[in-house]
Amino acid sequence: MAENNIEKSRIMTFNEDKHEIALETKDLHVHYGSNEAIRDVSLQFERFKITALIGASGSGKSTYLRSLNRMNDGIADVTGKIIYRDLDINKDDVDIYEMRKHIGMVFQRPNPFSKSIYENITFALKRHGMKDKQLLEERVEKSLKQAALWDQVKDDLNVSALSLSGGQQQRLCIARAIAMEPDILLLDEPASALDPISSRIVEESLLELKEKYTIIIVTHNMQQASRISDYTAFFHSGNAVEFDKTTTIFTRPTIKLTDDYVSGNFG
Amino acid sequence: MNPKKADKIATSILYGIAGFVVLVLAALLGYILVRGLPHVSWQFLTTPAKSFSSGGGVGIQLFNSFYLLLLTLLISFPISLGAGIWLSEYAKNNWVTTVIRTSVEILSSLPSVVVGLFGFLIFVVQFNFGFSILSGALALTFFNLPLLTRSIEESLRAIPYSQREAGFSLGLSRWETVTRVVVPDAVPGILTGVILSAGRIFGEAAALIYTAGQSAPALDFTNWNPANIASPLNPMRPAETLAVHIWKINSEGIMPDASAVSAGASAVLIIAVLLFNFLARFGGKALYRKITSSK
Repeated sequence: MAENNIEKSRIMTFNEDKHEIALETKDLHVHYGSNEAIRDVSLQFERFKITALIGASGSGKSTYLRSLNRMNDGIADVTGKIIYRDLDINKDDVDIYEMRKHIGMVFQRPNPFSKSIYENITFALKRHGMKDKQLLEERVEKSLKQAALWDQVKDDLNVSALSLSGGQQQRLCIARAIAMEPDILLLDEPASALDPISSRIVEESLLELKEKYTIIIVTHNMQQASRISDYTAFFHSGNAVEFDKTTTIFTRPTIKLTDDYVSGNFG
Repeated sequence: MNPKKADKIATSILYGIAGFVVLVLAALLGYILVRGLPHVSWQFLTTPAKSFSSGGGVGIQLFNSFYLLLLTLLISFPISLGAGIWLSEYAKNNWVTTVIRTSVEILSSLPSVVVGLFGFLIFVVQFNFGFSILSGALALTFFNLPLLTRSIEESLRAIPYSQREAGFSLGLSRWETVTRVVVPDAVPGILTGVILSAGRIFGEAAALIYTAGQSAPALDFTNWNPANIASPLNPMRPAETLAVHIWKINSEGIMPDASAVSAGASAVLIIAVLLFNFLARFGGKALYRKITSSK
């Protein structure tokens, strides 16, 4: 059987007097049937910082991310605690729809609705009861500006979102997520389906967004992780192996596995 | 034989088979239309049938066919939509779902004459609806439900899961996501399924012979009170449809121009079904462009 070859792990914890914790997991386990995909992961995410989750394919980083706003409900069994504002949001009685307004998500492949640009952003807001047209328009403009898309689309917000390029679609998805004004943004390899230039633009908008949002991003791209993140967690076969400041993880990791991965001679 | 040559031969054989299918279809359609169209006139389409003398039309049968189609869709579409949504969006992968899915499949392979006899025993005799449009519509609902459910389910499944994730991640409930995101995206596919099933309902005869009956009493097209027996809208009146009419003329028609009426009626039936198919094709596309606001 698959042997747990993770002998050591080193997970940094924050001094909560000095750092504000936006989200935290305690002893999180995720099972797909009898297959354990995430094993006992406890991590803290500091507010208004970007935390990158890195690791090879199948290391569980995406599964972990998707568990944070309960996107794995009905797909996998998630046990353990996910603490958001002193509340364990992994409990059954939590209103997951309300919770997801606070913890937004952007996916690997751009998935705009097949509606107009304007409606992509206002659709969920309207469903949540925002009726005032002027308020909606302000929210559209603000979120598109934050996602660095406004200048390219402002002339015609009524065209189909599907007519945008891949990079623009992904920025629209980011705008759609931040239009909800969440606290936390979860990003699941948001730039992996994009060309390098679009990817760079998305990264730049993320750096601006961290002034207002706590960002947790899964990425395959280590340059990207080192460019944009403040903290980095390295995942390997369902375990969080090492978690620290990004500079520490990339320059002097303590665990050999991490060192092998970030220096590119993995396996 | 070298691969290039083998490929050439295989390609030409496949072309041949495809051409043969098209040829058979074209020959059938051509034969029916060439024989039938000369008998089709405005008068043919609007006057009632005659039993013993020549010069009868198919007006009432044509109306009955459309009315029966409308009633059948009114009953079966909501049920199929609900079942399709449940199967595609809510059903868990367990034995209950498997039983339901298998039942739907078996139901779809029932011969229509069996559905007709079942409808006769249940609706006509047991529920005492008599030979009526209602009995016919209910029998056709049984006939239509499995295929329509299946096509709606497949239209919904064709919408990528990422669209649902987008809805969930914005705090929308599953129901909101399904009704506001997934179903609207699937409308063109659903519409195509409905129209294609409409074509099948329109041409169905066997299931109706014992349920909607084989007589077409005279209708008063100025009387729109559904409770009146002479009203076209009355669902309790017997109603021979176009397809049943064709079957009946050919098996026991005694009017002198039976073959001409049959040919004309067949042409009308074929044209209606063809129209449904074209509508499905172009209507679905046009609607999709409209919904996604792409130009």
